[in-house]
Amino acid sequence: MRLPSVLRGGVFVAVLVTLPMLGLQHWFLNLLVFVLMYATMSSAWNLVGGFAGYPSLGHAGFFGIGAYTIALIFKDHVLATGYEPFLLLPLVGLVGALIGWPIALISMRTRADVFAIVTITFLFVVQTLAFNLHDLTGGSQGAALPIAPFPASTFELPFYYVLAALLILTMGLTFATMRSKVGLSLVSIRADEDKARGVGVRTIGVKVLAFSVSVGITAMVGGIWAYYQSFIYPQFAVDPLLTIAIVLMTFLGGRGTLWGPVLGAVILESGQQVLTYQLGAVQLYLIVYALLFLVIILLLPRGILPTIEERLRLRRRRRRTDAAATPRGKPTPSNEPDPASLLGGGAS
Amino acid sequence: MHALIQGVILGILTGGVYALMASGQTLIFGIMKVVNLAQGAMVIMAAFLAYQLFTSFGVDPFLAIPITTVLMFGLGVILELLFLRPLRREDKSELSLLVTFAIALLIEGTLSVTWGTTYRSINAGYANSSWTLWGYQITLVRLWAFVLSLVALGLLFWLLNYTRFGRAVRATVQNPESARLLGVEAQWVSALGFGLGAATAAAAGSVYGLLYPFTPGSHYDLISRLLSIVVLGGLGSVGGAVIAAVIVSTSSAIVAATISPAWSEMTFFVILILVLLIRPQGLFGNVDRGAI
Repeated sequence: MRLPSVLRGGVFVAVLVTLPMLGLQHWFLNLLVFVLMYATMSSAWNLVGGFAGYPSLGHAGFFGIGAYTIALIFKDHVLATGYEPFLLLPLVGLVGALIGWPIALISMRTRADVFAIVTITFLFVVQTLAFNLHDLTGGSQGAALPIAPFPASTFELPFYYVLAALLILTMGLTFATMRSKVGLSLVSIRADEDKARGVGVRTIGVKVLAFSVSVGITAMVGGIWAYYQSFIYPQFAVDPLLTIAIVLMTFLGGRGTLWGPVLGAVILESGQQVLTYQLGAVQLYLIVYALLFLVIILLLPRGILPTIEERLRLRRRRRRTDAAATPRGKPTPSNEPDPASLLGGGAS
Repeated sequence: MHALIQGVILGILTGGVYALMASGQTLIFGIMKVVNLAQGAMVIMAAFLAYQLFTSFGVDPFLAIPITTVLMFGLGVILELLFLRPLRREDKSELSLLVTFAIALLIEGTLSVTWGTTYRSINAGYANSSWTLWGYQITLVRLWAFVLSLVALGLLFWLLNYTRFGRAVRATVQNPESARLLGVEAQWVSALGFGLGAATAAAAGSVYGLLYPFTPGSHYDLISRLLSIVVLGGLGSVGGAVIAAVIVSTSSAIVAATISPAWSEMTFFVILILVLLIRPQGLFGNVDRGAI
């Protein structure tokens, strides 16, 4: 572990902890809560979509599962302190991971595009169930949760801190993954799964593990969201737009990097909140979102951070070749990312 | 028993329309190896176009088909040129999926802004007339929709098997590299193929608008159905898609008739999961197509 990454992490945690103490207004705290939700989910998606290269479109299904788990547990409860749902979050995560495990075993027999089909189908399965199982979910009438008994002046704070902790946990997991054999295994799966299996990488175990952890975290965020909203409808609890949002954020910031998904979430979610309040029209924001996505993929197919990093590396290399007294022809900047950058090492 | 047979009749008639939509989607996959998640959105877009032509100019949705088909063909070509062609080859299969998803959202957003998010339906004069044969009801609209789908599929079959363009398409589906070596302009086949897929969506869209009420968000329902059809038929196989469409739509109509309409949606998912578990390449799919 090098000093800069420790330092960066420390500063990030310090900013996260002190930010709400600055006496921010409610709308801004609310925005931060949503940014944290998306940052956590994008980071979680990145574990399987970014590192292993399995573009899951079904994460919104697990978000819904988490939301309805909390809703079911606390349906007719009166909360004493208001912290009970948070204490049960690990259980929600476990439920998500346990459902995700067999799903991963089945769906990960297929590759990239078919995998995406299977996972998006799972999303629609969950949505159909949420609409049809009236007794459990309340159907299209929605499900009510107890309202959190926090004082109005600091209502957002508990949600903020729980989400911040979950984000730090997820990023810690990502960091640990990147420094370990698991991360290398995932990246080798993305590069060439058959070869990876050939040289002895336990591909199935690793990718199923990554998927389960990823969807477990997503379910936990879903639980927090449900409690925060205190009333949930199936079309928002299981929303294909949520899937596209977290994928977009990860792509914007940079797949397979530690900070990319967080950066993407900060840019897009605050942008979205401002857009919806400024423009008012939800449909218009759908257009903006889709166009943004298309532009990002076409102009920055690797995301912001990897692009910046490559620029920096090229410049450094050029300087080094300039410094060397015996120039061996032109410096040839290769487009092939070196193994370190595949793992998001270096500057990110 | 009566409900069951009625369900089968309904399923077969509706299956024709789905076959039309799915044939376009599977064709696009065959040519470009792109799973087009925007196929449903293009169907809904065509439905809105037909709706507008009907309400503003009184054009019958069946007669509107040539207009919408040409428009959507052009749109498909443009979309391919703008968004799919620039993708880099090495991550095309992963990115193209996200790109077509984004195109679907773009279409949904545009439709919502233009027409609003309330349900629309095309109320042609003959919408409710039906025949009764041996006690089974056959609505005229569905019958015409079925006939039209057969005609359109026949046209597609002719185009693919008896024209130069069709031969280039089939060559690309079978082996892109060899096709290119033999002088097939792969880039143009892709663009025109995507346009052709959009055109089938357009033809199906007019009919869809006659059969069901729709909103800009209806494409979510369509896309899961279409995916289960093309995966069952085998990605890239047009004939497979037609047979799969009839199977899928009949079984969902039977579930709707015997259990509950609310669960008929589930039939698609169950079929899809079963296919992937038992025979991932689908009924007529090719194993070494690279997708699975």
